[in-house]
Amino acid sequence: MESLNLIDSLFVFMLAAVVGYHVIHKVPPLLHTPLMSATNAISAIAVVGALLVTGANGSKPATILGAIAVAAAVTNVVGGFLITDRILKMFNKKKAK
Amino acid sequence: MSTQAFIQLVYLGAAALFIFGLKAMSSPRTARRGMLMAAAAMVSAIGGTLLDPHVVNYEWIAVGIVVGTILGGWIAIATPMTHMPQRTALSHAFGALAASLVGIAHYYDHATTVTLVERVALGLEVVLGSLTVTGSLLAFAKLQGWVRGTPVAYPGQNAVSLVLAVVILVLAGWFIADPAASWAFYAMAALAFVFGITLVMPIGAADMPVVIALLNSYAGLAGAATGFALDNNILIVAGALDGASGLILAVLMSKAMNRPLLNVVFGRIEASTAASADDVYAGKVRSTTAEEFALLLEDARRVVIVPGYGMAVSQAQHAVRDLYLALEKRGATVEFAIHPVAGRMPGHMNVLLAEADIPYERMIEMDTINPTFETVDVAIVIGANDVVNSNARASDSPIAGMPILDVDKARMVIVVKRSMSPGFAGIPNPLFAAENTLMYFADAQAGILDVVREVKTL
Repeated sequence: MESLNLIDSLFVFMLAAVVGYHVIHKVPPLLHTPLMSATNAISAIAVVGALLVTGANGSKPATILGAIAVAAAVTNVVGGFLITDRILKMFNKKKAK
Repeated sequence: MSTQAFIQLVYLGAAALFIFGLKAMSSPRTARRGMLMAAAAMVSAIGGTLLDPHVVNYEWIAVGIVVGTILGGWIAIATPMTHMPQRTALSHAFGALAASLVGIAHYYDHATTVTLVERVALGLEVVLGSLTVTGSLLAFAKLQGWVRGTPVAYPGQNAVSLVLAVVILVLAGWFIADPAASWAFYAMAALAFVFGITLVMPIGAADMPVVIALLNSYAGLAGAATGFALDNNILIVAGALDGASGLILAVLMSKAMNRPLLNVVFGRIEASTAASADDVYAGKVRSTTAEEFALLLEDARRVVIVPGYGMAVSQAQHAVRDLYLALEKRGATVEFAIHPVAGRMPGHMNVLLAEADIPYERMIEMDTINPTFETVDVAIVIGANDVVNSNARASDSPIAGMPILDVDKARMVIVVKRSMSPGFAGIPNPLFAAENTLMYFADAQAGILDVVREVKTL
């Protein structure tokens, strides 16, 4: 990465962190558990890095480590979004009679 | 348009969807739709990446995706709501493992060609990722009860952590300065795994809300560092969002305990200097029965239920729902007062109550409900202790200044608890000896069900 690229990346990081700060602050404590499981699913974006490493036709050890990373990240993508939805569904059920 | 430009556009769209998805989490009504947006963002980011011309080998990718889908699906279906804190801790380990392994694999294949900036990013990614893996696994084991939940203290533990941290930094500096020193990179990664354990080991189960939130933040930052190493914006954006979220939650949680974040991570509540249990309780604690409990509720117009970790342990949320319905049927108004650190993770109590079909409009935050306790006829404390400890108002108390629910201002307080044992802070609770307090010694679930039966016969 060139240093100008780095500065571009730092811009992106800074703006995303500021946006994240403001967006997350508006989430009520009621939803903090689903928020955490949602951001956890989102942080499984590491899957993108894992795909690039695994598919790059590199050495065997790197490919296998990459495949484990893909499996771990996809576990979080699938598990994270499904479980967040399960929790949010409970909050929206018909009121108890 | 080149394939690369197209992929970048897909990432751009995914980043926007992530942000709008999280924004929709500001209300329970829109939250599900928001998650659908975030999931769509994730699928398109994965799809876009698979189009990348650098991705030429799909076999191992397919294996990873199949294994992950099965494992993730199974975890999502099989996890009971009461196990949500453990599940969350475990998933932080998975996310961090992915980031850490990506860093290690990338370095393994490109050790001689990575630039200085990439080495810094790789160092951050691998250190944060690795310590989060073992730290989260240990947090999981503590919450699951496989490892004792009490803080494990040994002399000089902070010194050990500090030395480890310095060594890790030195090794990181070494491989950043000298690209040929790959041994320093691998030693740094190995020690970071060890560091995760020494960081979480001394922290008790009741401080887990803070720790889980912090680990959440680290997992996100490791992802962002991956983005710097691979020059990939979607990783940076999603990682920054996750990092910000975890940090905000950690700060909110430690504020709710009136302890600086660093104190939660590095210090413990000192042994009590407050009055001994005998002084506080001597002859003043009165206990009650299910019959009397029900009679006290007979004419109550406004009832507030304060759930704590004990409700989760005893899985009493459905019994509590029955009590709520029985009282509402008699015309009483029932609300639930939620302390920010009740339970083992942020929002823990809300999820359990929601599982038992209690409408979220009835779950009231501490700051909203506190000024109204004087008009509460009966406050029922179920398995909570430190969050209602009026000792927090005394200046010489070990928990001095911790915001508490002012249940003692209610006309009548009934505490459902198995014994007089102290809460995590290890100090007696004057509330239990107050004139307007009755103790109902029972397991939360069985005890509440007995009360419900009695209420129905009124």
